[in-house]
Amino acid sequence: MNAGKPMLTLGPVLYLWEGEKWRDFYFRIADEAPVTHVVIGETVCSKRLHFTDPYLPPVIERLVAAGKRIVFSTLALVTLERESQYVRSLAADSPYPVEANDLSALALLKGEPHWIGPFVNVYNAATARLLARRGASSICLPPELPASSITEIVSQTPGIGFEVLAFGRMPLAISARCAHARAKGHIKDNCQFVCKDDPDGLPVKTLDRQSFLALNGVQTVSFTCQALLADLSDLVGSGVSRFRLSPQDCDMVAVARLYDEVLDGRVDAEDGLARLRQIYPDAPFSNGFHHGQEGAAWIARARNLAHGANA
Amino acid sequence: MEFPRPLAAPLAVVPMPLIEGTVKLMFESLLKRHPALFDRLGEHKAKRYVFRPVDLPLVFVVEPSRAAVSVTRKPADCAADAVVEGPLFLLLALLEGRCDADGLFFSRALTVGGDMEATLALRNALDGCEIDLPRDLGASAGPLAPFVSRTAAALRRRALAGETAAWN
Amino acid sequence: MELICPAGTPAAFREAVDAGADAVYCGFRDETNARNFPGLNFSREELGEAIAYARRKGTQTFVALNTFMRAGHESLWYEAAADAVQLGVDALILADFGLMAHVAETYPEQRLHVSVQASASNPDAVNFLVETFGARRVVLPRTLTIPDIARLARRIRCEIEVFVFGGLCVMAEGRCSLSSYATGKSPNMNGVCSPASHVRYRQDGSDLVSELGAYTINRFPRDEAAGYPTLCKGRFDIADAHGYAFEDPVSLDVMDQIDALREAGVSALKIEGRQRGKAYVAEVVATLRKALDARPEERRALLARLRLLSEGQRTTSGAYEKRWR
Repeated sequence: MNAGKPMLTLGPVLYLWEGEKWRDFYFRIADEAPVTHVVIGETVCSKRLHFTDPYLPPVIERLVAAGKRIVFSTLALVTLERESQYVRSLAADSPYPVEANDLSALALLKGEPHWIGPFVNVYNAATARLLARRGASSICLPPELPASSITEIVSQTPGIGFEVLAFGRMPLAISARCAHARAKGHIKDNCQFVCKDDPDGLPVKTLDRQSFLALNGVQTVSFTCQALLADLSDLVGSGVSRFRLSPQDCDMVAVARLYDEVLDGRVDAEDGLARLRQIYPDAPFSNGFHHGQEGAAWIARARNLAHGANA
Repeated sequence: MEFPRPLAAPLAVVPMPLIEGTVKLMFESLLKRHPALFDRLGEHKAKRYVFRPVDLPLVFVVEPSRAAVSVTRKPADCAADAVVEGPLFLLLALLEGRCDADGLFFSRALTVGGDMEATLALRNALDGCEIDLPRDLGASAGPLAPFVSRTAAALRRRALAGETAAWN
Repeated sequence: MELICPAGTPAAFREAVDAGADAVYCGFRDETNARNFPGLNFSREELGEAIAYARRKGTQTFVALNTFMRAGHESLWYEAAADAVQLGVDALILADFGLMAHVAETYPEQRLHVSVQASASNPDAVNFLVETFGARRVVLPRTLTIPDIARLARRIRCEIEVFVFGGLCVMAEGRCSLSSYATGKSPNMNGVCSPASHVRYRQDGSDLVSELGAYTINRFPRDEAAGYPTLCKGRFDIADAHGYAFEDPVSLDVMDQIDALREAGVSALKIEGRQRGKAYVAEVVATLRKALDARPEERRALLARLRLLSEGQRTTSGAYEKRWR
């Protein structure tokens, strides 16, 4: 399954960006970023759809012209009828593969090739195989999974591609309630789209001023940024075929180039991390989930090597 | 409510072997009636639990792995994995699962220190047993059983009168 | 409507049965269920005795196997399902597709309920679970309003169970990694949220500070009741505001909406609280049982009593009311 060179996927923009900023971002990705796949479309909040809708056709056109393979994202939380309708129309009409992020999309996509996003709970190979039998051709595993689970799932589920989140703030929770709107004195039904003011998320600090989480509308993401640069080669060895870069409000072309260079072996992981810090200085890095620890933790590579030496 | 001071004061002078002997007897009788009590603790069976009634001059140390209890006089600085501090009656009510311990833990009626998981395990284990102090301790008091039971029941009624509202 | 009641220990189980539960739900003493707390839950032998006790009183027993199977260790969940079926549980409450598929194939006669952890929040999702695994009932996530539930009920082919009383998840259940982000232990993988093993209380001047892992979750001035540091119920700083960022430390109570829920098509009302003591279980079950059987005009007084019992504790209708969002 993993014969070719590992590829990079650009995940959907999880935040609410102004339409033009969003369009220009994808234009630049199309022109310059070494990603093979682009997952695109609103994933967090159905209220935001009208911001990017007008810009979708030119963006798709540009990405396709650049040879990027498009995958349409779906909503992570579907409760309202219009949200169900939106997912149904995507599943029925999308000319591109659709990524399921909730159970309704899963149901609707049965029998046609589709992707499974990181919001669907795939914790074991029994589940992955079930999804594969229903037509899933690719699964982006949940960020919470440790390396041991990833290895086990990939090895026990032949025939489909696996993807792991390698860059970006980690999606941690989603709610019917909008903490972002409430933090700014609104409720969800009258939110005035205040999440637009925080294109990289609104930081949540503890009362002792520790950076902790970030709000993105109804979604809560980590304050830390997942950075699996040093783990890429092990993951490739386990059979992971693609790595997902989740857009933050930074130079994502530079991020994609860096990951591409590290995957190619042109830059080693340590140098890569130093460069990544310059590209995205806003958030500390973490890789704790991957190492079976608290997700916010950073497990330095040196320690892993020391373990290896003692083993 | 607190343990009445005139009743607590003599405990400062009663010889320790006498106090400890009585406590051990009650503890053994309790375990005899509820042999599965400590099974629920799992890995926390090996921990040392210290109970410090704020209204008594005594400290109780329970070691489930040895099925042992010991008593020392305050100020006692005994090594412990988990410490629970509060009025005696609340500690006893906790033992019986008669009041919602979540409420007590977090309303600061009880103070919990050290290994929270061990304390939670003990609280759940106690709650899982159907301990009835007047009945269980009365049984060990021989000819004095009716007296012990009646006294314990009366104390419990008074102790809990103001505590039922302490949920969460 | 049925009243579905929690039990963390055999003692609480008997209290729930005696107090009038139609069904009691519980779990094994390991990570196969989402209340994998120290000192809680049932051995196989205890479950067998509990089922027998419940049967004698005409009460059903549901077993929750509602965590997600750890890759490579699926046998722990499969064995739990086998034992529960063999002991004669009336329903299994499941969240993991892999486990649902296994149960549906291996024990086709076994009644299968969809756990709230599966996050089935719309008709397409529920019908998928009914068609694929033969689910007979779905426990709805606490993200829906009562009109949402009514709309859903008309379009699905299984029974609906909803939470009406007890703890309240602010986040969509089964889709939250906040706990593991701070502690490495999650509801989905380990069956715990904000685990006691990572809780610490610290005195800072006159304030009591509660911590979870490396993070401060709350700070209580001298006169304020302290709370358990459940991550999403903590106080945080956001921009210039500080306070409860996600939800105040409140619990759910929608028993005053019983008739609306019945009309919406709900078949079972669920009480949260397997981690609560038997005293709590006995009182809440008895009161809600009476309220459920009472005429609407008598109900108010009964529920007021319950509110009195939970004095000092504020309650909310949560997502059942639109403004909560």
